[in-house]
Amino acid sequence: MILDALFLQLGYNATLVTIGAMLLGMAAGVGGTFLFLRKRALVSDAISHATLPGVGLAFMVMVALGGEGRNLIGLLAGAAVSAGVGLLIVNWLSTRTRLAEDAAIGAVLSVFFGFGIVLLTVIQSMNAGRQAGLEGFLLGSTAGMLRSDALIIAVSAAFTLVLVMLLRRPLTLASFDPEYAAASGQNVVRTDLAMMGLVLAVTVVGLKIVGLILIVALLIIPPVTARFWTERTDHVVLISGAVGGTAAYVGASISAALPDMPTGPIIVLVGFALFLISLLLAPKRGVLAAYLGHRRFQRRVHLRQGLLALAQGQPIYERLTLRLLRRAGWARRDGVATAEGRGRAGRALLDETRWQLIRRDPSFEAAAAHYDGLTPIERVLTPDQIAEIDARIPAPKEVTT
Amino acid sequence: MSGAEFVPLSLTPMLIGVCVAIACALPGNFLVLRKQALIGDAISHVVLPGIVVAFLVTGAVTTWPMLLGAAGAAIISVAAIEAVRRLGRIEPGAAMGVIFTTMFAGGVLLLEQSDTSSVHLDVEHALFGNLESLIWLDATGWSSLVDPVALAGLPVELVRMAATLVGVALFVALFWRPLKISTFDEGFARTIGMRTRPLGLALVIVSAIAAVAAFDAVGSIIVIAMFICPPAAARLMTNRLEHQVAWSVVFATLAAVTGYVLAGYGPLWIGYVSSVSAAGMIATVSGVILAVAALTGPHRLRGGAAKEI
Repeated sequence: MILDALFLQLGYNATLVTIGAMLLGMAAGVGGTFLFLRKRALVSDAISHATLPGVGLAFMVMVALGGEGRNLIGLLAGAAVSAGVGLLIVNWLSTRTRLAEDAAIGAVLSVFFGFGIVLLTVIQSMNAGRQAGLEGFLLGSTAGMLRSDALIIAVSAAFTLVLVMLLRRPLTLASFDPEYAAASGQNVVRTDLAMMGLVLAVTVVGLKIVGLILIVALLIIPPVTARFWTERTDHVVLISGAVGGTAAYVGASISAALPDMPTGPIIVLVGFALFLISLLLAPKRGVLAAYLGHRRFQRRVHLRQGLLALAQGQPIYERLTLRLLRRAGWARRDGVATAEGRGRAGRALLDETRWQLIRRDPSFEAAAAHYDGLTPIERVLTPDQIAEIDARIPAPKEVTT
Repeated sequence: MSGAEFVPLSLTPMLIGVCVAIACALPGNFLVLRKQALIGDAISHVVLPGIVVAFLVTGAVTTWPMLLGAAGAAIISVAAIEAVRRLGRIEPGAAMGVIFTTMFAGGVLLLEQSDTSSVHLDVEHALFGNLESLIWLDATGWSSLVDPVALAGLPVELVRMAATLVGVALFVALFWRPLKISTFDEGFARTIGMRTRPLGLALVIVSAIAAVAAFDAVGSIIVIAMFICPPAAARLMTNRLEHQVAWSVVFATLAAVTGYVLAGYGPLWIGYVSSVSAAGMIATVSGVILAVAALTGPHRLRGGAAKEI
């Protein structure tokens, strides 16, 4: 079943929804990256919750005009309008009053959502039975979707994706370095507005698939995941789009194939699985890589200190040091150096002595800054300089009695 | 309206609403000032899986396991957010976004997968709560307030919320000075030997307790609104923390009472038959209060402090 869904064998509607979800996921991943880089990820939470009263009002208006209340385009238009109002209020509260942005986000989120709930209960009492489906906007429901609705979602998701890709360059610049963008003649305020417009578009299109409570995950998780794999903004954008597309595609497939699998939550959980894998396994920023790097560093420090102790004839009590020395074949079980160990220890001591000399000499200040107790001095100084240092090491004196 | 109708049907929900509103608004004052306002939002999302797991384990909608489950989920989420933030070196807002959406998604999935159709446990209930249903059946009128037999039948939610409110108020009163100093100048608080990290954690925990206790009775939407709207509106009214807290209590009470009355009786006044969601209405009224404060509040602009001196 799942394989059928992954290969789009579950019928025309499911296929349309899955492809629509994938396009939406890509658009959300790419758009979310700019939000993430601007550190405004949670603004999208306010936007998405602010869609609810719009949906309710649109429904009521359409019914009052004698039409079919469930017209998806009408509902989404209503959602877009109220989300836009919510966004403007967040901006107004956080720039024109002393309230911080997080308070503005929380206020808009809860009040709009609360008002939306009031409208939903009004609709319930207004004409029971006919309103079925509006709750689907909370958590997304693709089951039993009309063909025309699926088509609308697929097309608008594709449109959003194209829009994001077109706006990619200015958005990258503005979100990565707003001062530079402004200095090079870009209208950052307008770019910010465009970014928020994109987020709004993603939110509205995603309402039916992911639902308004969880759409924020589709905007946050992919960029955070992508950030683990690269240090370059343009790569983050692309990887984030890929992660979002994959999560939405796989999630929508699973949801279409199995019963009792709501689309939105499954997409979010697939995205989180990708995030978790990245957190653990990413090559440079991942937890595993960091742990291995730490262990490698620890080994080097222990070996170096062990060798210095051997060279100066001090006993070694540290277990890890002893084990590492023994494994390298430089010391025996009782802590006595082997022949190779003695040679290595001598070299380590010479290296350390040279370092101590140049650290005392101001003319070597730049080189001495590289001292970390691990770097061999050959990597910092030329052979001539080392010879000069060596001349300063006092020669062993003849012992007279 | 006679006491015989008002006391059993409306008094207790209204009192519960007021208790919830104040219990959330008190810590909310500090959260808003510390720019942690969205913690209420995060908590109310993450407790869902905890409640569902508690239900699956016990097989019934009972209070204590659910509170424990919710508290456990809240603790797990705090740890997870911290872990993601540290291990992944991710900014706090994004880390929070990742964790609370995932936990909420997990809760919804568990709910859909398990057979909860026989009991009253669904996502809508968790979001909007059911304030209207917390009625006091044993009451016959105002005289019941002094009748011990009738008082024994008070909804358990009212007793619990009142206890929570007392606990939260005690915490704020006892730690008033440390909270105030560490909120406004954390560096100074540390210099004079205050342990600001445990204090900040305690504030979050108290907020979580208030949120979880309220969540069970009234759903998450009031909780989020009350954490933010009354304190934010109060912030625009004054520069003194003491006054701000007082204003926030006034606003919270006003929102709860007005919201409840509008939801319960408002539709009747304009000719509708049935009432609307009280939770949603209370949140809406708190938003209206904030809007009025943002448009007319004496200290609504930045830098109000300088002008007053």
